[in-house]
Amino acid sequence: MDKWECPCGYVYDPEEGDLDNGIEPGTAWEDLPESWVCPLCGAEQEYFEKVD
Amino acid sequence: MFTPIKIAEGIYSVGCRDWDIRDFHGYSTDEGTTYNAFLVQGEKNILIDTVKSGFGEEMLDNISRILDPKKIDAVISNHTEMDHSGTIPLVMHKIGEDKPLYCSKMGAKNLKSHYKKDYNYQVVGSGETVTLGNRTFSFLETRMLHWPDSMFTYMPDEKILFSSDAFGQHYAGDKFFDDEIGEEIMPHARKYYANILLHFSPLVQALLADVAGMNLDIRMICPDHGIIWRKDPAKIITAYDRWSRQAPAKKALVIFDSMWESTAKMARAITSGIESEDVHVRLMNTRKWHRSDIMTEVLDAGALAVGSPTLNNGIFPVIADVMTYIKGLRPQNKIAAAFGSYGWSGEAVKILNKEFEEMKWDMVSDGVKVLYVPDASDLARCFDLGAVLAKTLKEKLAQ
Repeated sequence: MDKWECPCGYVYDPEEGDLDNGIEPGTAWEDLPESWVCPLCGAEQEYFEKVD
Repeated sequence: MFTPIKIAEGIYSVGCRDWDIRDFHGYSTDEGTTYNAFLVQGEKNILIDTVKSGFGEEMLDNISRILDPKKIDAVISNHTEMDHSGTIPLVMHKIGEDKPLYCSKMGAKNLKSHYKKDYNYQVVGSGETVTLGNRTFSFLETRMLHWPDSMFTYMPDEKILFSSDAFGQHYAGDKFFDDEIGEEIMPHARKYYANILLHFSPLVQALLADVAGMNLDIRMICPDHGIIWRKDPAKIITAYDRWSRQAPAKKALVIFDSMWESTAKMARAITSGIESEDVHVRLMNTRKWHRSDIMTEVLDAGALAVGSPTLNNGIFPVIADVMTYIKGLRPQNKIAAAFGSYGWSGEAVKILNKEFEEMKWDMVSDGVKVLYVPDASDLARCFDLGAVLAKTLKEKLAQ
């Protein structure tokens, strides 16, 4: 599964999810709820870029 | 214009003072600010950061007193915000657009977005070291302190840290160094932290731990605004450590606006209630205090009472301004209470409570609402609210 990087440097890793914000490990980027924003800087998902 | 300030052998501060600026994107700068840029002279001449657009010629004049600006061999951009990158196009045009421009990965992206130019970006990352002539520079990315592009440049031989906006202060004066100005600079540094860096406090903690782990010997810190820390750089690092922990002080704020003096009366009663419990308090009328000065007080306040009348089913515009500003800076560890007068519908208190909830502040109650004008019993309720707020804070501090 792809990782996605926020402009602030935070990387969303589907294997880890984001438990602090209710995202279970194994949640693919595409399956994140629309309300999920970067836990570090608050940026919305559209500003993330896929990590090659 | 000032004569370039020599900060070390062959290293000069060549930036500009902006004596006139009083509103720095919504932050009140009562003593102006400076845009610091640094010239490192050697076998290669390096310029670290530039100044705001409109100050470019002045900076080039400053540089000319040391060397012909055309002899600059490379530019290092620690931060792309326009008060520091605004004259990069002028400098690059002067020295040749093929000259290397060192910046972080996000720095290159941001400079392209700002100036629409494909300069000779030399992307550097944390831990990378570049030797230019007889000078060595190492880099530390400091993403989100306070922009994605932010980085530090460190000169290991000279032990000087160029820290971009971190450790800065909006202050333009006749003093250039911490030992010249003394304690007078600390309120400016505190205001800067509260208004520019507070929301990234967890990252500040991580950065300070990283820097401590690297055992960097820092003899001098050169920020992009204000004075240079050369006598006691540890002083500002210690202050950042304290501020970024957001430990609450035994101090409360009563922030309010009023329409017909009713919410103001409530605010005064709450203030008395807080003082009856020996907690320091400041009464801050949002029409009299600038949002950025309120923010500075929020930094270490342990408790806040926020009051707004209900206007057109909402909160007062100036309170909305201040609350939006405070919320964006994400202050933590606060105890809060809302209050306000209303006429026929009283939504303001509910709206304020929701704001507190979203900021994860602990509310001591649902707040106090008063129909039109408070009477003695209403004011007694306000006094009690203040007392409860203060007691709750004291209990928290005692834990």
